[in-house]
Formats: sequence, C-alpha cells, structure tokens
Amino acid sequence: MSQPLVAPNLFEVCKVLTVAILELVRIILEGLGNAIPPLHDPLFGLAAFLLGTFVVTVLTWIIAMTVILLWVTLFNLLTVMWIERKIYSRLQDRYGIMISIWSLPLWPFNRGTRPTHKGTGYLQNVADGVKLLQKENLTPATADSAMFHISPVLIAASTLMIFVALPWSSGFYVARLEFGLLFVLAAFSLAPFGILVAGWSANNKYTLVGGLRAAAQLMSYGIPLILAVIALVFSTGSLNLFDIVQQQDRPLVELGLFSIPAWYIFSPQALGFVIFSVAIVAEMERIPFDIPEAEAELVEGWTTEYSGMRFGIVFGFKWLRMIAGSALIAILYLGGWSGPVFAIVYAGPVAIPIFPEELYFLLKVWVLCLIFIWISWSVPRIRIDQILQIGWKRLVPYSLLAILIGAGARVVWG
Amino acid sequence: MSADTAVRAAYSGRPVPGVAEEIQAQLVARFRDRLRNAKVLRPLLVHAEIDRKDLVEVCTYLKEALAFEHLSCISAVDWKDRFECVYHVTNWHNGCQVQLNARIPYDEPRIDSVIGLWHAADYHEREAWDLMGVVFEGHPKLERILLPKDFKFHPLRKDFAQEVDRQYISRRKLKGGK
Amino acid sequence: MPEFWVNMGPQHPMTHGLWNMRVKVDGETIVDAEPEIGYLHRGYEKIMEVREFQKNVVLTDRLCYVSSITWSHAYCLAVERMMGLEVPERGQWLRLISLELQRIASHLMWLASYGPDLGLLTGLLWALRERELFLDLIQLMSGARMNQNYPRIGGVRNDIPEKFGAMSMRSIGHFLKKLKDYEALFQDSKVFHLRTEGVGKISSKDAIDWGVTGPNLRACGVDVDLRRLDPYETYEEVEFAPQVWKGADGGDSYARFVCRFNELRESCRILEQAFDKVPSTGAYRVKPPRRAEGEGVAHTEDSRGEALFYVCGDGDDRPYRVKIRSPVFCTMAATPTLLRGNKLADVVAILGSVDVCVGEMDK
Repeated sequence: MSQPLVAPNLFEVCKVLTVAILELVRIILEGLGNAIPPLHDPLFGLAAFLLGTFVVTVLTWIIAMTVILLWVTLFNLLTVMWIERKIYSRLQDRYGIMISIWSLPLWPFNRGTRPTHKGTGYLQNVADGVKLLQKENLTPATADSAMFHISPVLIAASTLMIFVALPWSSGFYVARLEFGLLFVLAAFSLAPFGILVAGWSANNKYTLVGGLRAAAQLMSYGIPLILAVIALVFSTGSLNLFDIVQQQDRPLVELGLFSIPAWYIFSPQALGFVIFSVAIVAEMERIPFDIPEAEAELVEGWTTEYSGMRFGIVFGFKWLRMIAGSALIAILYLGGWSGPVFAIVYAGPVAIPIFPEELYFLLKVWVLCLIFIWISWSVPRIRIDQILQIGWKRLVPYSLLAILIGAGARVVWG
Repeated sequence: MSADTAVRAAYSGRPVPGVAEEIQAQLVARFRDRLRNAKVLRPLLVHAEIDRKDLVEVCTYLKEALAFEHLSCISAVDWKDRFECVYHVTNWHNGCQVQLNARIPYDEPRIDSVIGLWHAADYHEREAWDLMGVVFEGHPKLERILLPKDFKFHPLRKDFAQEVDRQYISRRKLKGGK
Repeated sequence: MPEFWVNMGPQHPMTHGLWNMRVKVDGETIVDAEPEIGYLHRGYEKIMEVREFQKNVVLTDRLCYVSSITWSHAYCLAVERMMGLEVPERGQWLRLISLELQRIASHLMWLASYGPDLGLLTGLLWALRERELFLDLIQLMSGARMNQNYPRIGGVRNDIPEKFGAMSMRSIGHFLKKLKDYEALFQDSKVFHLRTEGVGKISSKDAIDWGVTGPNLRACGVDVDLRRLDPYETYEEVEFAPQVWKGADGGDSYARFVCRFNELRESCRILEQAFDKVPSTGAYRVKPPRRAEGEGVAHTEDSRGEALFYVCGDGDDRPYRVKIRSPVFCTMAATPTLLRGNKLADVVAILGSVDVCVGEMDK
C-alpha cells in the first residue's frame, strides 16, 4: 500500500531542519570562539549545549507544531473555504468568487479592464481575512469583558488541540497517542463550553438564546457520536488512530483488477457510520443543524456581538471543526490514508512516493467536506426542539442498536 | 333563488346575479326611513346612508341575518361640516358589498365601535382615530397605530396644514421677512 | 424562566421591511404578540389629496413596490367608477396581462425571501433568477422593471410591442419547467415539512373575523378569490382555478405556501388564454374628464389579498379623499392569533408565509 510523504515521522523531518539550523549556529559560535581566545570555552560550551538533546527536542517540537498549524489553517482552511464558496455559488447558478492573483492592479495587462474576474478566486478568503483584521474590535459596554475576550480563545484553543492528535498520514502527525480517539473526541466536545460563555458574556438576549441553543444541541449530539464510536471500538479493539487505519488497510473482497478494501463503512459498522456522520454535522453546526447561528431569527446567534478578527476567529473555526470532523470520519470509517495505487520514484537516496498517503487522506477529507457543503446548501434548517427530538429520540436508540450490532459481529466473527 | 338561501349557501366562489337588489330590498324593508338614499350603484354594490346611532343595529343585521362576515374597510372622511365614517362590508358567499355612510356631527366626532361584530375593525378604527381623530366608543385599546405614540395632531383633517400651503415659501419669508 | 418581551425588529435581517414584532415568550413558547407598525408611514392619503388624479398613479405604484401594477390598477379602477368611465376592451385585456405578470413577479419575490427565512439560501437565488424573466417582460411592456407607472385612468399607458405574446409564451414555457425544480427544493424536502406543517394555524372562522384575505384565506379552505367573486376587467372571460386548500388540516404555513405557490401556475394559465384572446387592434385608452365628483370604490385581488380603494371627489381636479385598504394591514391584526402557542423559532416561518410588504401596510 502507499507510503507517507513525510517519512518516517514529522518529528524526524523537523529535526533535520532544526539540526541544520543549530549546526549553522554552532559553526558561527565556534568561529567566534576561535577568533576571541578568552571566550573560547564558554562559547564552545554554549554550542555543545545548543546541540544537546534538550534544545534540539524543544525546538523541533515547536517547529513541528507550527508546521501542523500552518498546514491546517493556511492550506486546508483556505482550500475548504474556497471549495465551499465555489460549490454553493454554482448550486445557486452563479459564478462565485473570482478575484485571483491576476486581478491585482499592478499587472500591466490590467490597466484597461477593471475589475477582472478571470480567476479562480482562491485569494478572496485571504482578502476577507485582511478585511476582518482592519475592522474595529467593538466590545459592548455592558458585556462581561474578561469572558467576552476569553471565549474566542477558548473556542480556538480547543479546536486546535484536536489537530495535535489528528494524524494526516502515518508520518504527518505531532503526537502519537495511545488513546488518540478519546483525546480527539474530548477536544471536540470542549466547544459547547466556549460557545456558552460567548453567548452569555455578551449581555444580549439574542446571544444568550443562541448560546443556550448551541450548548443544548452540541451536548445532545455528543452522545450518539460517542456511542457510535463505542460501537466501532468493538471491531477495532483499540483507541489508537494509527491502529484503526492499519486495520482497514487490507482488501475485503478481490474482484479481479479491483479490490474492495476493508473499510469500516463496508462492515456491520455501516449504521454507526450514518449515525456518526449525522452527529458530526450537528456538532459542526452546519445547516440543517445551524439554529444556534440562525441569521433568520437571531441575527448571528451567539456570534452577534463579535466584530473584526474575533468574529473571524469564531467564524473560521467552524470550518476547522468541519475539517476535523471530516478527518475523523475518514480515519474511522473510510480507511484513513490508505489508498490503492502506489509507486516510488527514487531521487538519489530519497524515496518519493508518487501517490503518497497524504494525497489520499486529503482527497477523502475534501470529498467529505464537499458532501457536507452540498447537503447544507440544499435543505432548510430544523427548529431547535425538532433537532433535540431527532437527537434523543432517533439517534440515541439507533446508536445503541449499532453497539449491539458491533458487539454481535465481534462475537460471531471473532 | 331567494336572497336567504343564496346567502346561506356554502362559499361557491362565484357571484350571485341580482343579489344586490335583494339585499337592498331587505335592508329597506327592515330599516325603512332610518336608511337614506339606498341604491344599487353597480351589479354587486349597495349604497346607503345612516345616522351614527343606527350603526350597530344595521351592522348586526347585516352580519347575523344576511351573513356579511367580512368587514373590508372603515374610512373616515372630513367634509368640513360633518365627518363621515364609511363602512364597506362584504359577503363572501355571494360577492355583494354594502357601503354604509354614517354621518357624524363635526363638533362631536364619536361613533360606536363595531369591534364586537368584526375583530377586523380593531386596526381600522385605530387608524381612523390616529389620522382623523374620530373616537370609537367601546374600542378596548384606541391608540395611535401609524404615527408615533406622542404625536399631537390628526393629520388627515382638512384644517391640518396641506403640502401646498407650505410650498414656495422662502426661508427669508419664513423667518418673518418679506 | 419568567416571561419576557422580545423585539424582533425593527432592524432584523428577515422581517422583510421595517416593522417591529414584539413577542412575549415563556421559555421558547410564544404567549402573546404585538406588532408595532408605522415606521414606513409616508402620509399617502394626505399627499394624494394634493395631486391631480393621474399624478397619484406614481404614488400608488410605490405603495407596495414589489407589486406596483396591482395597486395602481386598483386606484385607477376606483377613480373610473367614480367618473363613470368605461375602459375599451383592448385596454382591459392589456391590464389583465400586466396584472398577471406582476402577480407572478411578486409571488417569486415572496418565494425568494421565504427560502432564506427557513435557511434555504439556494431558493433565494433561484427564484430571483426566474423573476428576471418576468421583470424583462414587464420592462418590454411598460418601460420599467419596478414602479412602472403603467395603468392610466381610462386604460393603460402604451401598447404592447409586436410579438410580445410569443416572447411571453417562451418565457412562461421555460418557467413552468423550472417550477418542478422548486417543488423538489421546497415541497419534497422533509425538513421543509417539519418547519411549516402545523405551524401558525388559524381557523377559517378566525381568519374571516380578523379580515384576512387572499391566499392566506384560501389556505384555510375558504373559496374566495376576488377575480372570480367580483370580476373586474376581463376576468370573466378567462378560465382559472383559485387555489383553495382542500382538506381538513388547512390554515397552517404549509397550506399558505402551497396556495401561493400554485397561483404561479394559474397565472401562467391565465396569461396563455389572454394572449390568445386579446384583440389585435383597438383603442387601449380613453381620455378621462379633468374634474370629477362623487364616490368610487374598487376592491381587487392584489398579490397579498383584498386591496380596496375608496375615492371621493368634490368637483375639483384632484381627489378629496383617498382611502387605501391594505391586505397586509389587516393580516397584521391577526398575527397574535397566528403566533400564539408556537415557538420563537417559528415566528419567521409564519410571518414569511403570510407575505408581509411593509410599504402597503404603513401607507
């Protein structure tokens, strides 16, 4: 099967970079030490200390976390936002965002015709982010200032925590946790806390109602989510995300040229897949479950009072949670980063896989996001009491049924 | 088909020919000379003038005996020597409309409210009070509806300044000059 | 949790106009409601006393700016009845064509605004795309897309261009195919049924008592359509079926939606017959007298209900009194009955299905 591009480990790749930088520093320090005799010993000692395991490890971790953060927010977030805006525009029979790098006024071929909507529109989201940065950050006078300022940080921090344990291939991860699945689900479920604090602290009837609705919805859909995962754990026997992907990496049925892989979606866990997907859509607060942020009734719901980049943070983290949710579904039910075709090209001593694992994983995540976007923009939103009814009266019994099926399949097929 | 059976039929959705003459005949037979100038203006429109003290009686007769279930409109008109409250009542069964002009003396603009018969009168009477200043006795909450709650005048009255009165007056003249 | 009053408006993204809906909620359930209107009051009735009869058509256009021709037509009809004027036959047919085109455009605007109320933002753009077809037709006919100043006292302003019938039939054919897409988007969606069925129920007795008219009344099962009950223009010569809700569970938002949605098809049917029957030659306008005395009343089926104009003249060349009866004004009185017992999240769904246009409500 395929191999990761970041091999064997993100830590090792970043360590190469760190060691390279520190070697450079050591050469400078030792050169200085040789040039200034009285400082020889302290400088050599400093150089040795810098190249010791402690500094190298710490610096490598910092760089690894930065790489993952930039990968998620700079590349994935922008791409998923672009996919969403283009897809829903096309659903609505219009072009969508089209400003691109060719629309900038500095090009000489742009002098005559303005504006030039000739591009793909990938930079539009960057422009929107910059726009949000230069807006005034208003704080309501009667709001609880500390809580009001802390809640975007809470929401952002709890979401970014997910990506620490979420691997993007067998090598592209920050932390390889034995209970990775538990950690990811726990970090996912921290969000209602931040949203409730945000809704309450703004001292506004609308935000309070929105925050309470969001807390009720997220807490009641967290239960079928976790129950579906429990059903899955019967088959996997492990909470380690890497083990779960490993188990799905074998063929289930060989049909000549093709073979159906043993993804958990094709196993008796199919019901769990459906429940998990529905619960994830509710956790991500997408239409049809976006009543907490329903513009029709509550202006912007619990995010009403936020302006400027604070609004950008809470708004953008909705997409990050969508990416995290899709990544979870891909890992748990769709085989993660395993893919069929695999070829290696050798550039000297380094082996570069042609279709690396990251590619398959990204494809699966983006296709799942596309499906969620498609559903979102085709249906109306459900009322809050109907949402809670669906969660408690339909999803919870079905997820208990999924647990029964999972346990029964384990007993029957060993 | 007599007017009674026509009136009690279910909502057929189509007008009944000749119904206006029958309704006029029935009204004249019931109220005789309290109803002035009763005539059929158009194939489905009956017009009559009444005094303000007969209003509730006529409207009750229209609603209960003749099945005029829908109050279309209450208008208040300022004729400078009198006010007139014009009631348009419609019968959904046969499409007939009755227009009642109720005269009100100018210095005492009060009339009974028909809100007990049709709840639709609620907003119409509030608007007539708001814009024209006619008081409807028996209305539970006669407040301003279109104008701000603390507005002091009744603008539709003819003695409230008209737009043309203020045209072509220069600022200098407004300040007291020539 | 104690009961408290929530203001929905006057600044609200989805109340479609400038008015305030105060609801008293107990938790999430509505206990009482009180609309506050008058934010858009422009003093129409007073201004119309100062303008000559024909000049008032410019004003009546802007009463309900989404459905202008129907309002100006009602005013012209009232003045013609006061003057005793008879519009020639071709003029009546042209009026009918313009009214039905305007009705379709108005209902499409309602559909475009009802989708986002429920969260279905795709419906907004699809309905506006179809509305463009009809705005183009109206522009060909009268010269403007909105506030056209097209009806005249005594007829219409100008004749329709050649081949207008063929162009309209092409647009209508395309539109009827697209209606299936709308049904798939709205009526076939289970979530839509969840949001609108059983919500905002009003009985037919209450509806008639509070003066509700138009598609809102037909949704309660009462067969009242003023185009058939009190025909004006040439409505007696076209065959169409007023959309009345058949069945016992009418009066809720879903019934109102379906009745108003199906009127789109019926208007297309009327237009097909009208283009066949309109006489190809003839006068479309007569010159009205300059001064008039008397009273005239006209009630017509506007897109939202019964629009009534009562005009008094005293021999001058301008009206003495114009009274405008707006269907939305009367339905607003029924909103406490509509809203009581429902949830706060249903307010927008109910008010959207009632189709509020603040311009005509506040005059």
